[in-house]
Amino acid sequence: MADTHAPGLQHHFDSYEQQQEASFFGMWVFLATEVLFFGGLFCVYLIYRTANPVAFAAGSRELDILLGGINTAVLIGSSLTMALAVHAAQVGKHKMIAIWMALTGILGGTFLGIKAVEYSHKIHEGHFPGPHFVWHGPEVNVEMFFNIYFMMTGLHALHMIIGMGIMLVLIPLAWKGRFTPDSHNYIEGFGLYWHFVDIVWIFLFPLLYLLGVTSHV
Amino acid sequence: MSESVDTFGRRLHYLNADFGVKSWLLTRDHKRIALLYLISITIFFALGGLMAVGIRLELATPQGDLVQPDTYNRLFTMHGVLMIFFFLIPSIPAVLGNFLIPLMIGAKDLAFPKLNLASWYIYNIAGFFTLWAVAQGGVDTGWTFYTPYSTTYSNSYVIATALGVFISGFSSILTAVNFIVTIHRMRAPGLTWFRLPLFIWAHYATSLVIILGTPVIAVTILMVAAERLLHIGIFDPALGGDPVLFQHLFWFYSHPAVYIMILPSMGVVSELIAAFTRKRIFGYKFIAGASVAIAVLGFLVWGHHMFLSSQSVYAGMVFSVLSMLVAVPSAIKVFNWIATMYKGSVSWDTPMLYAMGFIGLFTIGGLTGVMLATLGIDIHVHDTYFVVAHFHYVMVGGAIMGYLGGLHFWWPKMTGRLYPVFWSKFAAIIIFVGFNLTFFPQFLLGYLGMPRRYHVYPADFQVLNVMSSAGATVLGVGYLIPLVYFVWSMRYGKRADRNPWGAIGLEWNTGSPPPQHNFHEIPTVDWDAYGYLPDTPAGTGESWGIAVPTQRQDRTQDDG
Repeated sequence: MADTHAPGLQHHFDSYEQQQEASFFGMWVFLATEVLFFGGLFCVYLIYRTANPVAFAAGSRELDILLGGINTAVLIGSSLTMALAVHAAQVGKHKMIAIWMALTGILGGTFLGIKAVEYSHKIHEGHFPGPHFVWHGPEVNVEMFFNIYFMMTGLHALHMIIGMGIMLVLIPLAWKGRFTPDSHNYIEGFGLYWHFVDIVWIFLFPLLYLLGVTSHV
Repeated sequence: MSESVDTFGRRLHYLNADFGVKSWLLTRDHKRIALLYLISITIFFALGGLMAVGIRLELATPQGDLVQPDTYNRLFTMHGVLMIFFFLIPSIPAVLGNFLIPLMIGAKDLAFPKLNLASWYIYNIAGFFTLWAVAQGGVDTGWTFYTPYSTTYSNSYVIATALGVFISGFSSILTAVNFIVTIHRMRAPGLTWFRLPLFIWAHYATSLVIILGTPVIAVTILMVAAERLLHIGIFDPALGGDPVLFQHLFWFYSHPAVYIMILPSMGVVSELIAAFTRKRIFGYKFIAGASVAIAVLGFLVWGHHMFLSSQSVYAGMVFSVLSMLVAVPSAIKVFNWIATMYKGSVSWDTPMLYAMGFIGLFTIGGLTGVMLATLGIDIHVHDTYFVVAHFHYVMVGGAIMGYLGGLHFWWPKMTGRLYPVFWSKFAAIIIFVGFNLTFFPQFLLGYLGMPRRYHVYPADFQVLNVMSSAGATVLGVGYLIPLVYFVWSMRYGKRADRNPWGAIGLEWNTGSPPPQHNFHEIPTVDWDAYGYLPDTPAGTGESWGIAVPTQRQDRTQDDG
């Protein structure tokens, strides 16, 4: 059979629309698994915060709200640049895709850099969980807060690192004009992923950083 | 319809369109990936079976005379881990589902062929981790990895095994995402949801469970690994953690996982019953809805594993009632299958024997599940062989019967070859007999109070244990026979025509084996599934030459 397929359209799809719908739908289903993945941790957070409200408030007050706040702004900014990259793909400006995604990557890198500074402070202060954990205050079970803090923010950072790895592949392809208004599923799909990672942080920030401010226990 | 032929005039299909190791290892064809999975899964099934041989040999005598207690712990743990995560969960979806879903819905492939291949590699990497842990000495926590034993006390290879399970989860998730998107977006024109074969409905429900459950066990395993590696106390009461929280998270996935194993099997049985009674399935919409109902209810019953784990008595009562509710959609299916057979033109081909085995064994497994959901009975038989017998009736008697039935039904489609009629029926009966001899005595043992997971037992229990071990031998022989004749048939079996059973379904309207892109012409569907009887509201199907087949291929071997 002669291959009469259009460029960028895989053999098993009938049309660009079908390919695009399948691709987005697949990403949404995958993101559903991600919600459940983080959901397990949110559940653990809920259980232990309810059991140890004082310790969680005390642990939360150790976190740096300024750095966390800056990071929140940086990440929201990266979602904006990602959305602009997707828009550039839809209107077929392939160089702009690469530029906006590179900016997204730089903002993502900034986030991770600030996160690394925060981590090193916490490790310095002996707040990394394990046998060497140090806590001088009267509260008990503060270590549990830091268990969850490091797991949640660590998994979030891992998702960002994976996202930046994917960007390293997509940016050169976009620059070379691989993505057209008809066929740019990777850009839009990746956009969904990036926004998801952003939204996870939007939940993490108040639950971990702002808890100590608002909690009166 | 035009058939492609090669330069020697032979019909081209997915098996001979391309040759060489590379054409298999880099394939994106869902049919080839299904065969790759078949090979991997068979290997893990054999390894899991070997562990069971060790268990049953040890239990032939009341004393612990074959293996050390610690070795015995590792045997039953590895048996559980291999069979559940590396055989039962992927078995029907990854082999039959992969092969058949695009064929049944008139698609050229799954939506994401590269991810499909990736899932096979991920599965094998996961298997490698687990086998490495076995080679190092295995793991002794039971397949449930209960904390704090798994995190604090066990000296075995918990992290390597848990990592294997974690990675295998990605392979399940990729398969499930692929199935859901394919079923939503790739159906042939005219193939509406209520025209889909029930096999597709079952796989859709299974995929939902995989999507919603697997990530939770993944993050739970990460927490166990972090606790073990960093000596922190997420689940350790000494450090403010709660070990019961682990059980909640674990069973939130692992109970629905039971439905990952049984739902595809129910889908297979629906196909078999319709094809071998030559009737439209009775209560089509109820069976389809029951699959989804089981998937949803499955997420609400995990607490029945924790009746004795400090769960409040009120939670126990709620979980007890919810667990019994699962029996409703299950019973709907069983009764509808039986109603389909009523006044049907039943033929006792090998796949039908497995379907009958499934109905009988699954009913026993399901009803004992209702007994176990009853709080009073569960306290009596908790952690005894009664529980072991119950879930083997569901998983081996249910899931594996369906898997083997499906393999026998679609083997001619997958390989283009027929297998010997006599030996296949003989093996089906041997498996049924061997299975019951193995596991029925375990109900009695459990009721009499023999606990699971011990390698010694009072001498009074020996007769029943010897029966069980003898049955396991028969069962093992029963599993070996199909292995031999399936391999034999690939070279020497009689060639199958495109529809040897005279069955209805898009997969039977393409060649055996199917061409590389499944169909030479994508069909437009204007008929309901299972239009076997003239009075069923089936479309004309003339556009694609589909009609109720009356011819069945003679399946006796003639050395041809």
